[in-house]
Amino acid sequence: MAARFKGRAAVSRPVAFSSLLVMPVTDTDTTLLDKAAEKAVRATPVPLAYRVRGLSDRSIAWLFIMPTIVLLLAINIFPLIWAVYLSFTNFRANRPNAEIDGVGLTNYQRVLTDPDIWQAMQTTAHFVFWTILLQMLIGFALAYLIDRKFRGHAFWTTVILIPMMLSPAVVGNFWRFLYQPQIGLFNYVYSFFTGVEPSSFEMLGSVTLSPWAIIIVDTWMWTPYVMLICLAGLRSIPDYIYEAAEVDRASAWRQFWSITVPMALPFIMLAVLFRAIENFKMFDMVVLLTGGGPGSTTEVASITLKREAFESWRTGRASAFAIILFVAVFGLANIYVKALNKVKQR
Amino acid sequence: MTQENTTTGKPKRPFFVRRGPMENIATALIAIGFLMLFQPFALVLYTYSLVTLLAGTVMFIIVSKFPE
Repeated sequence: MAARFKGRAAVSRPVAFSSLLVMPVTDTDTTLLDKAAEKAVRATPVPLAYRVRGLSDRSIAWLFIMPTIVLLLAINIFPLIWAVYLSFTNFRANRPNAEIDGVGLTNYQRVLTDPDIWQAMQTTAHFVFWTILLQMLIGFALAYLIDRKFRGHAFWTTVILIPMMLSPAVVGNFWRFLYQPQIGLFNYVYSFFTGVEPSSFEMLGSVTLSPWAIIIVDTWMWTPYVMLICLAGLRSIPDYIYEAAEVDRASAWRQFWSITVPMALPFIMLAVLFRAIENFKMFDMVVLLTGGGPGSTTEVASITLKREAFESWRTGRASAFAIILFVAVFGLANIYVKALNKVKQR
Repeated sequence: MTQENTTTGKPKRPFFVRRGPMENIATALIAIGFLMLFQPFALVLYTYSLVTLLAGTVMFIIVSKFPE
């Protein structure tokens, strides 16, 4: 039995577990890891152990990442290629048995000359620009304050993070009540500070106010996320740099612009990238708050896309629209990553 | 090797196979295409935004493989 176990141990090399760790490990940890590895070795069926023995490290690495690659191909890459194919056809998802004809670039031509889709793109741009700007300003300011490490800063960090932990469906419904002109708290708070009659304006029903209503909700929900990333950036700046600046008699203003901002910039840029990608595909919150209305004032690109695909059932045209959005986000992400790498190399 | 090459080091690559400037051109094309896609001024700019974006993105993918 012992010899058999020894043979299996040689196959799976349990010692390699501890050597893989980057962190220094204590004797107790090593013993625990070895015990876990021995347990895994004992659980491995003998035929499988002998089959794995002949594989190189590279093959074993491929074996481990293969399930992920297969999933990625099935869930991401295949639908993408399929959408590219559909964008050149007249396929309609509600008529799966109808003959599919190639229409060349007609779908792209129609999407790119449609004033309604153009309007949806402008609505998306307005939403993305203002949410990113507000979230960055407020998020960075909050992170800067929390980084001062005042008494109770951990409690306030948790309080600030609460909106981010809620489901968008909950937030959407919750804010619909807050925005009610008769019973909503938002109108009463605004009225308290400005003296305007609470029922005299309707945030979600007004053409001019409804885009801002959505921007306010998204900013309320996702500023904590930006704050968290900025806080990580601020905490990564070593104290000795500020001490050296103090010795050189640099003012607080100078320290902020010459140390804090440049050193936190890669983190800020990452936050912008994450939020921009997320907001380009914003759907749930807008549907819950306004459903794209009043009229089509708040109809962002993803809502137009959904209507084309599942209300008009023009799957080919919807696919062309999706590919256009994909190219836009992919192109932007490319140059953004290039800029991010430049900032990190400084 | 000519005298010129020995004093200035390696001979310069032609402009179209140099990574730096070509990457900058691709980046500019993507940025222009992106602005064209979301601008509110002219429908014609919106119409040609995809071509510009696609040209920039494909160019960026190709030239980013060029050696430094």
